[in-house]
Amino acid sequence: MTIAGVTHHPDEAAVELRPTRAAAPTTTLAGVALRTPFWVFSGALAVIFLFPLVWTSVKSVSPYPGTGQVDGWGFGNYVTLAHYQAGIWQYLANSAFVSLLCVLLTLLISTLGGYAFARFRFPGRNALFMLTLAILMVPYATLLIPLYVLLNKIGLGNSLVGVALVLTMFQLPFSTFMMRISFESVPRELDEAALVDGCSSFAALWRVLLPAVRPGLITVGLFAFLAAWNDFFAPLILINDTNKMTLPLAVSNLRVQVQGVIDYGATEAGVVVLALPCIVLFLLLQRHYVRGFMSGALKG
Amino acid sequence: MTLHTAAPPAAPTPTRRRRNGHRVRGWGYASPTALFVLVLFVVPLFLVFRMSASRWPLLSGDQGINFPDNFSAAVDNRFFVDSVLFTLKYTFFATILLIGLGLGLAMLVQESSRWKGLLRTSFLVPSALGLASASLLFYVLYSPLVGPLAPVMEHFGWSFLGTPNAALASTLFLIVWRYAGFYMLLMLVGLQAIPTDIYEAARMDGASRWHTFWRITVPLLRPTLALTTILCVTGSLLAFEQFYILTKGGPDNSTITVVQLIYSVAFQGQNDLGVAAALSVIVLAALVVINVVQLRAFRGSDES
Repeated sequence: MTIAGVTHHPDEAAVELRPTRAAAPTTTLAGVALRTPFWVFSGALAVIFLFPLVWTSVKSVSPYPGTGQVDGWGFGNYVTLAHYQAGIWQYLANSAFVSLLCVLLTLLISTLGGYAFARFRFPGRNALFMLTLAILMVPYATLLIPLYVLLNKIGLGNSLVGVALVLTMFQLPFSTFMMRISFESVPRELDEAALVDGCSSFAALWRVLLPAVRPGLITVGLFAFLAAWNDFFAPLILINDTNKMTLPLAVSNLRVQVQGVIDYGATEAGVVVLALPCIVLFLLLQRHYVRGFMSGALKG
Repeated sequence: MTLHTAAPPAAPTPTRRRRNGHRVRGWGYASPTALFVLVLFVVPLFLVFRMSASRWPLLSGDQGINFPDNFSAAVDNRFFVDSVLFTLKYTFFATILLIGLGLGLAMLVQESSRWKGLLRTSFLVPSALGLASASLLFYVLYSPLVGPLAPVMEHFGWSFLGTPNAALASTLFLIVWRYAGFYMLLMLVGLQAIPTDIYEAARMDGASRWHTFWRITVPLLRPTLALTTILCVTGSLLAFEQFYILTKGGPDNSTITVVQLIYSVAFQGQNDLGVAAALSVIVLAALVVINVVQLRAFRGSDES
């Protein structure tokens, strides 16, 4: 599972900064001897990066005195987690709802918007695009205080829909940019042919262009999911009902249960439940994850 | 192509219709974006300025203009100066560490091989976690009771979050763990853009690795370094979760960031949205200034 996105042009990728070391063929004894310090060093680094994840996973099924898992190995900490306040299923459902709504809205809005910016000329086109990108320039915290007031006014205060709308707005700069360049990289002849054949512009988008921009859609969807699933600040401010908390909030509150005693085992179980979908999605879609950064950085 | 270029002179009517069609359909497709940006970005942006100039308690709402009371109350807050200084200190260290380590890791793994692909993946995996999840993870990892280094801590009578400096260093380690892969990726993209033959030429000329790095890699990487520095400075100035969850602002209120101050003024105790909005406006203004200065600095060194 390597990052194909970065290295799929082998000649380009092999920018050689260490000619002497790379010149030593790794098959010979001398080559191996030259390579060994590098392997040890980089391997140690990899261990440092992976250790916290492995340790947390192992400890989440390990015993802690006075908790759900008193001795031996097992899922006692997960049982504690499952019965915390409204129950883990409620919080999982809340998080899943916010994340899915955010992903769907982000995909819908940025597909339509990206199509508009890439294929149509209309007054205010550049101004709207720049305004969308300007969301990146304004700190998250600066906007959340007035958003709290605004959402309360329009009846979306303390609501998961409100949280999803806010998270979607914060995704728009990246996703609109990404979809715009995805549409722009599709040859115009493709949708023009569809239009000449009598398709409406929407049919051209739906039947001809969408399949062509699928990689862009996956990247946008992945980023929206990771952002919404993991977000802590927006629900912290916008939600004040314990039954409506998302998973990160619930796990963060769960740390301190009764009499200020910290349930470390249940916290670790919570971290595993939070991290698992992200890591699985990341490993499956790594290429799309990397692509998002490449396109962003190239133009940025 | 023809859709965007000047109208062919022979057929004015269909072209005009087409152009009008462009207008209508363009706005039609862009309208959801426009609606979201207007309602959830432009309106709140105006509202935060309005709030910063009004008495606005959390529960009773708008009580009328009181400019500039909120701003003086914000600056007079007993944590204002300390939180600004701490945020700047944190930003300085986080930026140096992340840019340096991001570039270092990128150079370590940039050639393609199976082993380096594995290394990249291991450096990148933490960046899939949320910052809140990562902070909770390290909260347990740093625990003097159950953390992997608990016996060592007990032996030396020392703890990860016990003193202001230890708490800052421990938080920086968490941030490096979570974000180094992300910055490595951005650096890799930048490194790929440097043409190989420049390195070839340097090697022919017998340039040392050290020379090659400072004379070729760093100057040619300047756009990437500018982008990553601005990203890192902006992100660090707005730090919240890592301190809210990991250090809770302690020990002795030594790790309160500006955004934490905004949050606590708005929702914990004071419940004063007006002062919180004033603080937000100050942060926004500071960020604009800092980013303009950074852009100038990077452009300036480009010309020299």
